[in-house]
Amino acid sequence: MATIAEPIALGGPRGAGLRSFVRRNPTIVIGAALLSVVVALALLAPWISGDPFTVAPVNRLQSPDFSNFFDPGKANRFGTDNLGRDIFARTIWGARVSLMVGISVALLSTSMGLLIGLFAGYFRLLDAIVMRVMDALMAIPGILLAIALVALTRGSVPVVIFAITVPEIPRVVRLVRAVVLTVRERPFIDAAVSVGSRPAKVIFRHILPNTIAPLIVQATYICASAILTEAGLSFLGAGVPPEIPTWGNMIAQSRLFLARAPWTIFFPGACLAIVVLAINLLGDGLRDRLDPRLARRMR
Amino acid sequence: MIAYIIRRLLATIPVMLLVAVIVFLLVHLAPGDPASVIAGDNATSDQIARIRETLGLNEPLWKQFAIWIGHVLQGDLGQSLFWNQAVSELILQRAEPTISLAITTLLVAVTLAITLGVLAAWKAGSLLDRGVMALAVTGFSVPVFVVGYLLVYVFAIELKWLPVQGYRPIAEGFWPWLERLILPSVALGLAYLALIARITRTTMLEVLAEDYIRTADAKGVATRPMLLKHALKNAAVPIVTIVGIGVALLIGGVVITETVFNIPGIGRLVVDAITRRDYPIIQGVILVFSGVYVLVNLAVDLSYTLFDPRVRY
Repeated sequence: MATIAEPIALGGPRGAGLRSFVRRNPTIVIGAALLSVVVALALLAPWISGDPFTVAPVNRLQSPDFSNFFDPGKANRFGTDNLGRDIFARTIWGARVSLMVGISVALLSTSMGLLIGLFAGYFRLLDAIVMRVMDALMAIPGILLAIALVALTRGSVPVVIFAITVPEIPRVVRLVRAVVLTVRERPFIDAAVSVGSRPAKVIFRHILPNTIAPLIVQATYICASAILTEAGLSFLGAGVPPEIPTWGNMIAQSRLFLARAPWTIFFPGACLAIVVLAINLLGDGLRDRLDPRLARRMR
Repeated sequence: MIAYIIRRLLATIPVMLLVAVIVFLLVHLAPGDPASVIAGDNATSDQIARIRETLGLNEPLWKQFAIWIGHVLQGDLGQSLFWNQAVSELILQRAEPTISLAITTLLVAVTLAITLGVLAAWKAGSLLDRGVMALAVTGFSVPVFVVGYLLVYVFAIELKWLPVQGYRPIAEGFWPWLERLILPSVALGLAYLALIARITRTTMLEVLAEDYIRTADAKGVATRPMLLKHALKNAAVPIVTIVGIGVALLIGGVVITETVFNIPGIGRLVVDAITRRDYPIIQGVILVFSGVYVLVNLAVDLSYTLFDPRVRY
C-alpha cells in the first residue's frame, strides 16, 4: 500500500511545498502575515508600549517622532493626542478591543446562525416562519439596529458584541439554509433517513459537515465587517465607553484637531484599514481554496 | 405585469410588519424599565412617570403595539422626547440633505463602478484590471470616516479646494450645494463603488466568454456597442441586484458620513438622539430607512424585465 502514501510527499521537500503554497495562495499569505503582526502587537502591548491611559497635558499634541522607536518608555512614537496620551500605546491597546470584538462576533453569529439555519432548512414548517423573521432583520440597516441596542443599555464591550452579532445572524442563516436545502436532496440523506437515523443525527452528522467550508469563509468576512461596525459605533458615541482606547473612540475624540494634529487620526485609521484589509484578503484566499463555486462567482 | 407589481407590493407588507414588531420590541427587550433607562441617571421619578405616559408604557404590551402601529400607519411616528416635536416632522425637515447626499453618491458611485468594472473585464489581466481590483479590495476595507477625514485633510485643509464641512440647501444655489457634497459623496460611495465594480467585472467576464460575443466580435461589431449593447445588457441583472443590496451599505454609511461632515440630515438626527436617549427618533428613523431599503429592492426586482425580456411576470 506504499502507493497510497505517495501523494503526501508530492510537494517534495518541505521548503518547496511552502514556496508553492505561497505562490498559489498569495492573498492568504499576505492577509495572514499582516494579521499575525497586529495580533502579536496586541498581545505584547503591555511590554512594548507605555500606558495608554496616562494623561500628560504638558505633552499634548506632540507630533510623531520615529527616533529611538524601540524604546518602550517613549510616549510620542506616533505622537500624542490633545490630552497628551500616547497614540502608539492607544493604537496597540485599541487593537485588542477590535480583534476581540471581531472574533467574538464572528464566532457567535456563525454558531447561532448555523443552529437556526440547520433547523430552518431541515424542517419545512419552521423554515417559513424563521426566514420571514430573517428577511425583516435583514431589512433593518445593521448599524442602526446596533445603535438602538447600545443606546438602550449602557455601552460596554459585551453589549457592543451582542449588538453587532444580531444583525449579522440572518446572513449566516441564509447561507446555511441554502446549503441544507441542496444537501437535503442528495441520496446519502435519503439513505441515512431510510436506515432509521433520527433527525438530530441526520442534521449534525450528515448535513452539518457540508456547511463548514462556506461558514469559515463567511466568518472571516463577518469578522472584518464587525471590526468596521465596532469602530463606526465607537466613532458615533454608541459603542465602547469613551475611556477605553479603541480606534473609533480615538478618531472621535481627535476629530477637532484634524488640521493641527492629523496623526491623531491617521494612525488609528490606518491600523483599522490594515486589519480589515488583512482579514478580507484572508477571506478571499480561503474562499478560493474552500469554496470554488462561490469563488467562481466572485472572482 | 401590473398584477405582479401588486402581488410584490403586498408581499412586502409582512416583512415591514415584522420590521415594525422588531423595532417596537427593541424598547421592551432591554433589561430594566425602559422609561428609567431613557430618562437617564439623573432623572426624577416625575420625569420617569412623564416618559412612561408619553410612550404609553402603562398599557399591556399588545395594546401598546396596536396603538403604536395604528399611529405609524397614519404616518405618526410619535413625539420626540427632546425636541417636543413630531418625529415624522423632524425626519421631513432633515430629509433634504440626506436625499441630496444619497442621490449624488448613487450617481457618482454607480456610473464610475460600472465603467471601471466593464473596462477591467474587457482588459482582463491588464494593469487597469489589477488597479480596479486593488481599488475594490481596499475600498471595501477602509471605513467611511477614515476616508472622510483623509479627504478633508488633503482637499479641504491642505489644498483648500473644497469646504471642510457643512451643507447648503439647493435653493441657495447649485454650486454651493454641490461643492459641499463632493467629499461626503466620495467618502460614502467608495465601499459601494468597490462592491459594484467587483460584481460588474465578474459578470462581464462571464458574459464576454459567451459564444454570441465571439460571434459579434467576428462579424465586426465595433468594440463599444459590443461591450455596452451585447455584453453589459446581458450582465445587467446581477449588477442591478447588487446595486439594490448595496443600498444597506449606503444607509449605514450616511449616518457616519453626516457626522464626519456635519451635515444636518436624518443620520445626524439619529446620532444626536443616541446620547439623549430619544428613543422615538431612533425607532422612527429605523422604520423609515428599512422601508426605503425594502422599496429599493422591490424596484430592483421589477427592473429585471427592462434588462431581460425573458423575465416575464
